[in-house]
Amino acid sequence: MSRGLGINEFLFILESVRWTLLLSLIALAGGGVVGLVVALLRVAPFAPLRWLAIGYIQLFQGTPVLMQLFVTYYGLVVLLNLQVDAWTAVSLAFTLYSAAFLGEIWRGSIQAIPRPQWEAAACLSLGFVKQLWYVILPQAMRISIPPTVGFAVQLIKSTSIASIIGFVELTRAGQLMTNVTFKPMIVYPLVAALYFLLCWPLSLISQQLERRIDASLGIKRHL
Amino acid sequence: MPLLALNGISKAFGGHPVLNHVSLEIESGEVVAIIGRSGSGKSTLLRCINGLEVADGGTIVFDGRTFQSNRRQLKELRRETGIVFQSYNLFPHLNVERNITLGLTAGKGLSQTASKLIAIESLKLVGLEDKIKSFPLQLSGGQQQRVAIARALAMQPRLMLFDEITAALDPELIGEVVKVLEKLASDGMTMVLVTHEMRFARSSADTVIFMHEGKIWEKGPPEKLFNKPETSELASFIEAILPVNVGIL
Amino acid sequence: MLLGLIVAVFCAYARTAGPRPIRYLIVSYVELIRNTPFLVQIFIIYFSLPALGIRFDANEAALAAMVANLGAYATEIVRAGMDAIPQGQIEAGRALGMKRLHIFRFIMIFPALKTVFPALASQFILLMLGSSVISAISAVELTAVTNSLQSTTFRPFEFYFVATGLYLLMAISFRAVLGIIYWAIFIRRRPADGRAP
Repeated sequence: MSRGLGINEFLFILESVRWTLLLSLIALAGGGVVGLVVALLRVAPFAPLRWLAIGYIQLFQGTPVLMQLFVTYYGLVVLLNLQVDAWTAVSLAFTLYSAAFLGEIWRGSIQAIPRPQWEAAACLSLGFVKQLWYVILPQAMRISIPPTVGFAVQLIKSTSIASIIGFVELTRAGQLMTNVTFKPMIVYPLVAALYFLLCWPLSLISQQLERRIDASLGIKRHL
Repeated sequence: MPLLALNGISKAFGGHPVLNHVSLEIESGEVVAIIGRSGSGKSTLLRCINGLEVADGGTIVFDGRTFQSNRRQLKELRRETGIVFQSYNLFPHLNVERNITLGLTAGKGLSQTASKLIAIESLKLVGLEDKIKSFPLQLSGGQQQRVAIARALAMQPRLMLFDEITAALDPELIGEVVKVLEKLASDGMTMVLVTHEMRFARSSADTVIFMHEGKIWEKGPPEKLFNKPETSELASFIEAILPVNVGIL
Repeated sequence: MLLGLIVAVFCAYARTAGPRPIRYLIVSYVELIRNTPFLVQIFIIYFSLPALGIRFDANEAALAAMVANLGAYATEIVRAGMDAIPQGQIEAGRALGMKRLHIFRFIMIFPALKTVFPALASQFILLMLGSSVISAISAVELTAVTNSLQSTTFRPFEFYFVATGLYLLMAISFRAVLGIIYWAIFIRRRPADGRAP
């Protein structure tokens, strides 16, 4: 019962790109907010808070995404007795994953702002929170954009792993179409091409942005 | 009663002593210039006055009120003082007006309109009203420094601190900044400056303090310090800074 | 073992990342790998290539994919390391009349690898973590084993939790072992090399 690779199959794959992007955006937005919290904990003057943040970051950066998906999903089901649907579980897992990486990016950006900026703000009667909000974060955000775009590429690629637990996004769509059309030599390269179209422009933009920021701020990059 | 009294201020960085029981009194309206070699502790002393550095020992008495070395009290101390830094430290993402009004709106809780009026007044004092909408990076070093002065003045402090504010400027830009300082001095602002600008120290300062190895080595009016140094350290310092020196006022 | 093979492979890639007209090909390869997911790369090697007559079994396909993947990233890393070598050293080599290949072997590889070793180590660990997805094509590895175990005992959470812990442990040990290797190769062997740091 194999259908040829017709226009319907092609459109199905194309539409699944939507889900990939949606998941990535959710993770990026959620991860951005949580990541900010992580970053602030990471630089807190209180040591146990710092360790908490460091542990969190190490955990999500040192384990496979697939494992994170499994543990999140089964953790929710078993520990909290919640029957969650695929979207919730996957969104949560990827949000936590993003938060770890974005947290590190945020931290680097915040620490890149020179101390005198903090001091000048303090001498204008601004408390810590206001210093952060009006002076430090706006500048940090600018610095954090290139690495964030770079991470977005990593994130989009990672969403492909959700296919393993059956979540329908681009890779899963590819699998489904392969099962139906029996033409993997066309389907999978097509899927790869679509990812490429999503990621490559972002990679280029990220590289360009890095070069511009380096030039204008004269910050030395670590290799 | 002096406006500011420092009693026995000591500070060490990582075991290395930088300030050694320094005591100092400053009257309202007095202009004090602190000079000395690098590492003599002069910047640290200045930064202790507004709590940017927390002294290990000693007390600060401002306007009769004693301030302890804890964060909250030092924060209040900062309300009374304004500081201008060597590297201006303007906020690059805000324009000049916002740089000045930020402290007024977010720090002091004033309204937008009131803050803007104060900002314009401060900029008039430094001669830069027309740059109100510019961004720091569009201004020259001297202009940025003058904006920094305006920003500090807008907070209406009782005491102004200047940490080597001309050290990072090209020579031709120093003049415009010194003019502002002279005007402030003649208007009666209490000022403490760490400086290498000997011209200003001689012409406008009421008191000059020479610091050496974390202590106040000599103190007095400029004529006395520059022309009749009592210690060899000061004498050699003056010789190094002002090659054509003794006898000329 | 796996990684050793990969190391040799990427070295070869790195050479060609140098001055060649083949550069264009290499760059395309690298960009292609870096902008597509590892999982899809595996699928292509395992499922799509047979149509062209290239057949792998699960483990071989996994290995091939990992080699290709690491090779691409490592090429970039090594290239950056090579860029970091002061021009003077290369010119000195040329002045001494060394052939291009010799220059490469003696002057460039060693310092370049030493500089980028941390970045490479990170990449290795990423690869190790990425290996968990090869369970999707049923190759034998930790995730796959965990999968089958947990489905027989109906205790998914505990198993995956433990597996995650094992991965974490592996990541930490990898870093430690790589650190030792770094020290052994680059720090201790100085005398035989005869060159000042």
